[in-house]
Amino acid sequence: MSETDFTPGAALPELKVTPDRFLTVRYAGASGDFNPIHIDEEFAKQVGLPGRILHGLWTMAQVARAQTEAAGGPHALKALEVQFRGMGVPEAEVTVTSTVREVSAGIASVDTVAEQNGAAIIRNATAELAVG
Amino acid sequence: MSVSTTAVGKRYPPTVYAVGREKIREYAMAVGETNPLHHDVEAARAAGYADLVAPPMFCVVYCAPALGPGLFDPEVGIDFARMVHGGQQFRWGPLVVAGDEITTAVSVTSISEDGGRRYFVFESVSTNQAGDTVCVGTWTNIVRGA
Repeated sequence: MSETDFTPGAALPELKVTPDRFLTVRYAGASGDFNPIHIDEEFAKQVGLPGRILHGLWTMAQVARAQTEAAGGPHALKALEVQFRGMGVPEAEVTVTSTVREVSAGIASVDTVAEQNGAAIIRNATAELAVG
Repeated sequence: MSVSTTAVGKRYPPTVYAVGREKIREYAMAVGETNPLHHDVEAARAAGYADLVAPPMFCVVYCAPALGPGLFDPEVGIDFARMVHGGQQFRWGPLVVAGDEITTAVSVTSISEDGGRRYFVFESVSTNQAGDTVCVGTWTNIVRGA
């Protein structure tokens, strides 16, 4: 069990992570998503992006990790819903913040967001955590 | 031109994914998971699991082979050059561990158009070898106006 406070309005511990220059290559291999916008700088620029961008599902995995670390393990995460906005980039810190909205029947509903360079890259996200 | 919705309800052949220890470790490393349950077999067993535990978001790995046919189905008609991943929802059942065989079936939930954007929503249902539903995913892809 975790010592995290799961009362409504409580903030869960913040997660901060800086994806290094080659993170998107490792994640491509691990996930099987080799879309060149994530791993090929020239291709990304040709299609109008500033450069290689993070996989949205990697960023979602950081949101998930913030929840499981707060709740004491992977068993606690029952559901996660996110909207992707904008785009994340390598070599800049990503911060996940989470706030408990309500607790009912041993399930905490948590509002969470991932930000980078002052903008949300995942927003309107909700996690359900077993805390009973 | 309005979007074709003839593919709504279409189902694709289920795929089977065999979950391996080293794939769990590789995935856990890539997403920064340091919990020993994902790396150390003895720690996982001591915690009551049969083998290494997959992080919940490992579902993207075992679902991926099942999603391809729908994403590339001409009847669905996704224009990849304009596609972005708009939203994602997962609901999890029992944790997946190394040695599990996960069957995933994908269907087209909805196709719609709003303000020049086209929304393509797929559902994935993943079950383990015991018949437990381990993950239900809702995948929303948005194609920007042509």
